[in-house]
Amino acid sequence: MFENLRLAFRGIWTHKLRSFLTMLGIIIGIAAIIAIVSTIEGTNQQIKENLIGSGSNAVDIAIFQGEWEYEFEWSGIPEGVSVISDETIKEIKDLKEVKNVSRYNKRNVFGNVFYKDKNLTTGFIKGVEPDYFETANFSALKGRLFTKDDEKKFRRVCVVDESIMEELFNNENPIGEIIEVDDTPYTIVGVVASRSTFEPVINTIEDYALYHQDDSGTIYIPHADWAISYCFDEPENIMVQAKSTDDMTAAGKKATDILNKKIHPEDETLEYKSKDLLEQAMKLQQLTKSTNSMLIWIAAISLLVGGIGVMNIMLVSVTERTSEIGLKKAIGARKSKVMWQFLTEAAVLTSLGGFLGVASGIGLARIISIVAGTPVAISWPAAIVAVIFSTVIGVVFGIIPSHQAANLNPIDALRSN
Amino acid sequence: MIVKLDNIFKTYGESGSEISVPALNDVSLSVAQGEYVAIMGPSGSGKSTLMNVIGCLDKPSSGSYFFENQDVLKLKDKQLSDLRLHSIGFVFQSFYLMNEETALENVALPLSYAGVPKKEREKRAAEALTKVGLAERIKFRPDQLSGGQKQRVAIARAIVNNPRVLLADEPTGALDQKSGAAIMELFQKLNDEGTTIIMITHDSNIASHAKKSYLIVDGKLLEGPSGQEVDE
Repeated sequence: MFENLRLAFRGIWTHKLRSFLTMLGIIIGIAAIIAIVSTIEGTNQQIKENLIGSGSNAVDIAIFQGEWEYEFEWSGIPEGVSVISDETIKEIKDLKEVKNVSRYNKRNVFGNVFYKDKNLTTGFIKGVEPDYFETANFSALKGRLFTKDDEKKFRRVCVVDESIMEELFNNENPIGEIIEVDDTPYTIVGVVASRSTFEPVINTIEDYALYHQDDSGTIYIPHADWAISYCFDEPENIMVQAKSTDDMTAAGKKATDILNKKIHPEDETLEYKSKDLLEQAMKLQQLTKSTNSMLIWIAAISLLVGGIGVMNIMLVSVTERTSEIGLKKAIGARKSKVMWQFLTEAAVLTSLGGFLGVASGIGLARIISIVAGTPVAISWPAAIVAVIFSTVIGVVFGIIPSHQAANLNPIDALRSN
Repeated sequence: MIVKLDNIFKTYGESGSEISVPALNDVSLSVAQGEYVAIMGPSGSGKSTLMNVIGCLDKPSSGSYFFENQDVLKLKDKQLSDLRLHSIGFVFQSFYLMNEETALENVALPLSYAGVPKKEREKRAAEALTKVGLAERIKFRPDQLSGGQKQRVAIARAIVNNPRVLLADEPTGALDQKSGAAIMELFQKLNDEGTTIIMITHDSNIASHAKKSYLIVDGKLLEGPSGQEVDE
């Protein structure tokens, strides 16, 4: 085997230019595939990051009325939908895809929030359990988050996000200030920010429409205080943190099923739904994949052409080296030895083409990225498969020339000298 | 007998048809272990065909051939390859060396087919090259060697597997007189060490180095003069 490899490399080195030109078809084919796959991967990662952020793995599950999130301030408490019990939370927490679960109430702001003479016109008010921030991957930017003591003692404290800090306090430190939420005063104890911030990459108008999110601010009050400002029996939503990004869809679906089994609403259009961004991302990814699979097929045709080129050159090589083959057979090389030698040469030739193709493909992808502004993610599994595939091409297209070499009559072969 | 051919016929083309060409005509030949035999004949007499048959590169149209009591005509392709690898060494007029390989690598080639490990291969190839007087040239490529030296490399390659028979087809045909004489000296040395040599040549001077010689004319093998007689 090593001897065959040595001879193959020597043969390629002896005919450098010819070998390179033979490899060119494979190089172009593999480079095209790697560049396309890298661009697809890059676009997919971008879609995923744009939609779900990086690493929070949080799935928001809320009550929907048909296609729209249920609005308590207009519709009141729905019949047949109770608050979520501790047992239900435990049941969801026990799911193998779930890391953490936290309940929260939510209402829209309709001019019912004041700071001195300033009135907040839009935004959300959420009544959250102490572990909500951990679950949703938020951290304190200023001050502190809620403690169990806040909950236990019904402290009228609140946490605001950066958007509120900007709108009501002109980005001044709001800690210690008092805001009024539906006539109840709350002291601000902290400002939160998403732990892993992400900026959606917007390349087109479509991207903007897709990724632009409601950046209205949110005021968080302790879950226990919800009944002070609103209703004690108001059904909650939940925030589920999946163990990994890939678990998000399953975690969301299973948790939603559990919640929906517990409710018996009069209005049959009411149900819990997960705002599964991962699923949405995957649908979009599927779209980019199917568009680009056409390009991969075209690149594959170039590989086929490259393979035929290899076969052609190997046939020439067999003709050129007839006397060498004759000698080898005369001095005792079995047919299989001769066959393996030529197969190895073809496979080494195309494998080298594969390696060079991967390198060129990575370079090409980077150039496309710079020129077209599309993101690129090098797919190493694809690169490995490409090299293996190019080796297979060498073996497949090397069979006919190798067979021809192995079956040469040694006398005729020697006579050809 | 190490080589025993009986009533060998070899016809190219379909036997009996108009285009059939008889190359060997009822050839019988026995060569004992340690003999040094020359087969002489003009061009087209059938001597190369005879060498191909003896070297198991070609099969006769009829007759029988035993090599060390093995019926060669019953052997399969793989077995014939193994027989050539282990029992027969070939020396050709035009050397057939691989130009990209060093003398050592050329000589080691049959050993690699025999599955000998690399270190052992190199050791034995170096020994064979030393035996033919090329110890100083083992790293040289064929294009860096003279014709006589190339033929020595080819002889080293032929003897590296310790064959029972060395088959030489016009071994001095491409060499000047001095180099040719040196090759003949080397053959004599190998024969003295016990290697059976069958040499094909058209040159009676070269044939005179053999202890026994035959003439082949129009495919028929005739007993020739002994080496001494040829000299006289």
